[in-house]
Amino acid sequence: LGHDIHFHDKKIALLEAGPRKEYDHMPDSYSNRVSSISPGSATLLSSCGAWDHVCSLRLKPFRRMQVWDACSEAMIVFEKDDLDDMGYIVENDVIMSALTKQLDAVAERVEVFYRSKAVGYTWPLPSRGCDTSPWVQVELADGRRLQTKLLIGADGHNSMVRKEAEIKSIEHQYDQSAVVATLHLSEATDNNVAWQRFLPTGPIALLPLSDTASSLVWSTSHDHASELLAMDEESFVDSINSAFWSNINHSDFIDTAGAMFRSAISLLKPSGTAVRQLPPSVAKVDPESRAMFPLGMGHATEYVQHRVALIGDAAHRVHPLAGQGVNLGFGDIACLAHHLSAAAFNGSDLGSLKHLLKFETERQRHNVSLIAATDVLKRLYSTTLAPLVLLRTWGLQATNALPPVKVRI
Amino acid sequence: QLSLLRFTVKRSFSTSHSSVDSKEIKKFQLLAHKWWDEEGEYAALHSMNDIRVPFIRDTLLSMSSNYHLGNPLSGIKILDVGCGGGLLSEPLGRLGASVTGIDPVEDNIRTADRHKSFDPVLAKRIQYKSSSLEEIVEESMETFDVIVASEVVEHVADLETFIKCCSQVLKPEGSLFITTINKTQLSYVLGIVVAEKVMGIVPEGTHEWEKFVPPEELERLLESNGFSVKSVNGMLYNPLWGSWSWVESTSLNYALHALKSGAPAQAHATDTLPETDVHQRSATAGTA
Repeated sequence: LGHDIHFHDKKIALLEAGPRKEYDHMPDSYSNRVSSISPGSATLLSSCGAWDHVCSLRLKPFRRMQVWDACSEAMIVFEKDDLDDMGYIVENDVIMSALTKQLDAVAERVEVFYRSKAVGYTWPLPSRGCDTSPWVQVELADGRRLQTKLLIGADGHNSMVRKEAEIKSIEHQYDQSAVVATLHLSEATDNNVAWQRFLPTGPIALLPLSDTASSLVWSTSHDHASELLAMDEESFVDSINSAFWSNINHSDFIDTAGAMFRSAISLLKPSGTAVRQLPPSVAKVDPESRAMFPLGMGHATEYVQHRVALIGDAAHRVHPLAGQGVNLGFGDIACLAHHLSAAAFNGSDLGSLKHLLKFETERQRHNVSLIAATDVLKRLYSTTLAPLVLLRTWGLQATNALPPVKVRI
Repeated sequence: QLSLLRFTVKRSFSTSHSSVDSKEIKKFQLLAHKWWDEEGEYAALHSMNDIRVPFIRDTLLSMSSNYHLGNPLSGIKILDVGCGGGLLSEPLGRLGASVTGIDPVEDNIRTADRHKSFDPVLAKRIQYKSSSLEEIVEESMETFDVIVASEVVEHVADLETFIKCCSQVLKPEGSLFITTINKTQLSYVLGIVVAEKVMGIVPEGTHEWEKFVPPEELERLLESNGFSVKSVNGMLYNPLWGSWSWVESTSLNYALHALKSGAPAQAHATDTLPETDVHQRSATAGTA
């Protein structure tokens, strides 16, 4: 918004709980918190000039994504026809640094309060005839007070803005945690493929960082996650390799049924079955890079109220299995910025519900289906029950053969 | 506050040559506190901003060659006649214009003043005065770049006087924007019966069909008083979505843009020359 021409004479304050993060060049080791950035999100970052900084720091584009089941041979491969980049794996710190640089560029419009925390909010009263200020009052931990026409809550899934505004949300804790780590591969490779295998305990994913390094995101039960963190490095690496390579969960029944279906498809649609590639094997893990965090799903019943808007995880939270969490947030940002810019050019009061509701409708329509689908996938792949495995095996194989559906995904 | 009080005590409304209708004043007094309830009685006027503000903004931008998109109306002095609670004055002020809003109903001005007072930027850009148009003519000859009279002329007692006064306070080649309701059978059925009595989109009794103004008559009055009408567009309100849109037909609501002729208060003979000047200017502005 600071870079938007229609916001030329507006003032924006950004409250950030963490410290300022800016890098001129990245440290040799990779951070263990990475995100998969979709091309759409890259466009957004590029529109405010941040993508150039990301590119000059570091990122890894990937061209292909292979997703397969641990209980069968079913697999689906995503790739763009023209061999364009499907997405980018970028460390979160890199994105933060790029954004910090761009915020500096509009410092006269955007003031960032680092290491600050809001401790209280006073909402405008609905009655129109009152004499108290109709704006939102924000009280900071250091005693300062700010007032604003529009408060945007981007404070994560435990959003205080959302709670204080009394916006209800549907929440569900998965009994899973995600384990992240930075891994070094056995041998250098092109490494432009993202791998994900659905184990009965949860999906394990390998995201490329460079020719020799990849980032791990392994969603599994809380107990298993703690074990993984506690075990020595060698055992950890062995667990990862076996998770990707072992066929222990296969059953003859499923394999045969799957093979039959596959031959049926190749009769109907010869190009419908792809060659399965083998994921790289892991040699070692970066010490200190193992970490875990709990997973859950959430969706706010409303994204907006008079003078309040929620974006990103404050509005919705998904399982990392689809790699979409941050991209949904970027989508929210693009949409809200578009509506606010138009409202500013019309001279409207920025906190007015009219355009905020347009943002809410547009994003809820988009987000709800994706969040629901992700949740269904998570549940579907959490079981070893034969009928469901068969269902998802055939489903995956069929989806792999149908270009229109794949493109949609 | 004190100066407002003094102002209204000193002046008394003259009924014979005034454009203000005292019956109309009483109607609006009752609803003076409802202006800023976006979903209340004035909801339709709030959503009218979605088309009338861009209309004014884009027309003015197309006539000027140097402007900043972040502050499109900066440096422009606008008079909002019949500003009510300031519903239109505020967005125009936010776009950078210096706005003077006048309204004969004192309670409206009070509401408008209070509402703008919470925004330090708007409080400086907008000035409100409880007054009729005639009363400010003497002190504001050829002061304003733009006059906006939105949903006003259908409440006015003497339209020709109103137009003459507009001409006096407007700078030469200044713009006049009017939105109002046509006098047709359709506007009686939809504008009064349905809008007021059946659906309650407009508070009952707000409008009198007799005072609606057909665009032809408005154009005639304008052209014979030193204005040249540049565009007339029909507007339509959709009660289901609560939103306005532009339409071909002017049989219900319409918006009009006119320019005051360049030569100061002359007879018709010189009309053609300033008109071609203006056309040329807007043509070059388009290509600039």
